[in-house]
Amino acid sequence: MKHLKFSLLAAMVWALPAMAADDFGNAENGAEIFDECSGCHELGQGAENGIGPHLNGIFGRKAAGIDGFTYSESLTRAGNDGLVWDLEKLGYYIENPQIFASGTRMSYDGLEDPQERADLLAFLRIYSDNPQNIPEAAPTAIAAALEVRLPPDILEIQGDSEYGEYLSSECLTCHRADGAAEGIPSITFWPEEDFVIAMHAYKRKLRPHPVMQMMAGRLNNEEIAALAAYFAELEE
Amino acid sequence: MTLNRRHFLGATAAGAAALSAPMVMGGSHSKPRVVVVGGGAGGATAARYINKDSGGEIDVTLIEPTRRYYTCFFSNLYIGGFQEMEDLGHGYGNLASQGVNVVHDWAVGIDRDAKTVALAGGGSVPYDKLILSPGIDFVDGSVPGWDLSAQNAMPHAYKAGSQTELLKAQIMAMPEGGTFAMIAPPNPYRCPPGPYERISMVAHALKANNPTAKILVVDPKPKFSKQGLFEEGWNNHYGGMIERIGPDFGGENFTVDPAAMTVDIDGSVENVDVCNVIPAMKAGRICEMAGITDGNWAPVNAADMSSKMDADIHVLGDASAQGDMPKSGFSANSQAKVCANAVRGALTGSRVFPAKFSNTCWSLIDTDDGVKVGATYEATDEKIAKVDGFISQTGEDAALRKATYEESLGWYSGITADMLG
Ligand SMILES: Cc1cc2nc3c(=O)[nH]c(=O)nc-3n(C[C@H](O)[C@H](O)[C@H](O)COP(=O)(O)OP(=O)(O)OC[C@H]3O[C@@H](n4cnc5c(N)ncnc54)[C@H](O)[C@@H]3O)c2cc1C
Ligand code: HEC
Ligand code: HEC
Repeated sequence: MKHLKFSLLAAMVWALPAMAADDFGNAENGAEIFDECSGCHELGQGAENGIGPHLNGIFGRKAAGIDGFTYSESLTRAGNDGLVWDLEKLGYYIENPQIFASGTRMSYDGLEDPQERADLLAFLRIYSDNPQNIPEAAPTAIAAALEVRLPPDILEIQGDSEYGEYLSSECLTCHRADGAAEGIPSITFWPEEDFVIAMHAYKRKLRPHPVMQMMAGRLNNEEIAALAAYFAELEE
Repeated sequence: MTLNRRHFLGATAAGAAALSAPMVMGGSHSKPRVVVVGGGAGGATAARYINKDSGGEIDVTLIEPTRRYYTCFFSNLYIGGFQEMEDLGHGYGNLASQGVNVVHDWAVGIDRDAKTVALAGGGSVPYDKLILSPGIDFVDGSVPGWDLSAQNAMPHAYKAGSQTELLKAQIMAMPEGGTFAMIAPPNPYRCPPGPYERISMVAHALKANNPTAKILVVDPKPKFSKQGLFEEGWNNHYGGMIERIGPDFGGENFTVDPAAMTVDIDGSVENVDVCNVIPAMKAGRICEMAGITDGNWAPVNAADMSSKMDADIHVLGDASAQGDMPKSGFSANSQAKVCANAVRGALTGSRVFPAKFSNTCWSLIDTDDGVKVGATYEATDEKIAKVDGFISQTGEDAALRKATYEESLGWYSGITADMLG
């Protein structure tokens, strides 16, 4: 364990210059940052569900896994598909909740600063069962998790919507063009940026669904932009 | 290639076609003409996309004898009691109102020199590009003792509709503790997991109504699609009910007797109450008549699904020999879009994009226990080649299996809308 922590540290110094010496983030700072969450989430002894589910034991918990809390359809789907919260996934989610669940009910813009995310996660970790086993993710994954925002040039690509129309035909075998969701979610009328973020989350295998990982996996950045442009203007 | 390129069903049909004027549809002759034979997963999709995307620049005629298309996909779920037959039938009204010229008739011959398709009802239709998506027919003599005249005693139910209803009625009427037998087909055939999903659905129906009944699968193949998943599911849900006899135990060596209702497996005769015979398959007969088959199937170029024997004919779906894609509704639909893009480009100069194909096949094993397998493909010079794939895992939790099943309902709704508008 000591050894692992040491190598983790070595790998992350460049990404997180200010972290506490014995951990990947500063839990004390994290406790303050949690103010951003505490309006919706309870934590600690006797924590109950509020606007959001309680966050005790969140490390290692299945996404949308608290019985009796009503989650959004997309987060529920992600949980059923096998999304389990670990350091990496939490890092992504807190950076931008849309990455796992488009149209999520967690209306929170995301914590942009990697250091703040690291501190917050160090704090949340205290309330999980086996903090000594966390982080389990490989050092590179942790570094990646803390530096997750899609590069702006990917978001700025102007999609070729005629190409998008052709590519979209492959999607419409499953997703209905009229936006009806009868077992597979609707992907029409989306803001382009949300669409691009969701597709890249599948492409990077962050979202767990194998069909969509495969479909997105072979699309390049221009093709994803083309699809986003086409589906955004599909409006009849 | 044959010398005589006129291939007609019979002398009468040929005579009728030769005499009547090639004017089944009206419309201007200046527009390029696409004729699609077969309004199933491949043909309906191709007709709809070419019509929709060309914005009236191309005349599209769809030739399909039936007025309602009953999907083979989900027909096993009807046997299991999860779907109504009514909900599996889809009309062509939307395609017609969107501008596709829908002709309810059989294509009975193709004249590749004159570029016309002869119809059973007389007359012929001219084309600039012809798209054939006629699905499958059965190979004569592949199940000794069985031919199409025996399909009421021993149904195949591998074209959906009345055959499926008949098979289900026979299953429901089985005597207590009776035997259901299936003769499974050799490769290649439509829907690789189809026979095994069917076994699951038959078991589901029998478990509720006739729990001491037995299911016997006579299978000439050593392995089959999603085998691990099906066997796990059969074990969990229907322990002891299903016996499969593979080639090691005589599954290759069988005859059936539809009059006596017996199956002879490697010399031992079994009395059965229901026998579902799924013969070996080949491309729908019209491909043979067009002279574009090599063996049982019609070979195509992967980039645009054009026939290797005639650049103005494209073959979609089950009938085509294309490479790595399984013969499925999803595949036929996917190929149709690549073909539609290429045909439109050739006729109107619209942009042609690189071919991309994909497939996913869901199967239901029992209530809320769905599994899937899928892959993506690309066109190479030789064939449609697999790029990447996935398959459900054994031991998945119930929530995931339920989600997988619900997804298949979404797909059914998606693909039928995508085919027929
Ligand atoms: C039990 C079963 C379960 C299945 N489950 C699935 C599944 O879950 N998912 C999946 O993707 N696929 C499934 N399939 C496979 C799927 O049904 C076929 O692969 C698909 O329908 C092939 O499409 P196609 O266009 O080649 O042929 P078809 O859909 O069969 O269409 C052919 C059409 O051509 C018409 N036709 C034939 N000859 C002529 C002629 N001479 N003139 C005019 N019209 C003609 C026919 O009437 C028919 O309507 C299943 C099949 C079966 C049997
Ligand atoms: C405006 C209220 C709100 C704020 C602020 C908020 N959340 Fe949430 N959070 C929610 C809701 C609602 C959900 C359920 C989301 C869904 O169903 O898609 C949720 C879900 C989550 C989950 C997933 C829980 C599970 O059981 O899968 C995590 C983790 C989480 N929030 C962490 C945070 C953190 C950390 C912060 C602060 C940085 C935060 N949230 C801020 C409302 C909020
Ligand atoms: C084989 C069926 C299938 C095909 C084909 C398919 N999808 Fe999906 N898609 C799904 C399923 C199922 C989901 C739900 C996945 C999940 O649980 O994460 C989904 C989810 C999505 C989502 C996220 C929806 C949400 O609410 O979060 C987007 C975006 C998406 N798909 C886009 C596409 C695009 C673009 C294509 C074509 C390139 C495509 N899909 C092709 C089945 C499919």
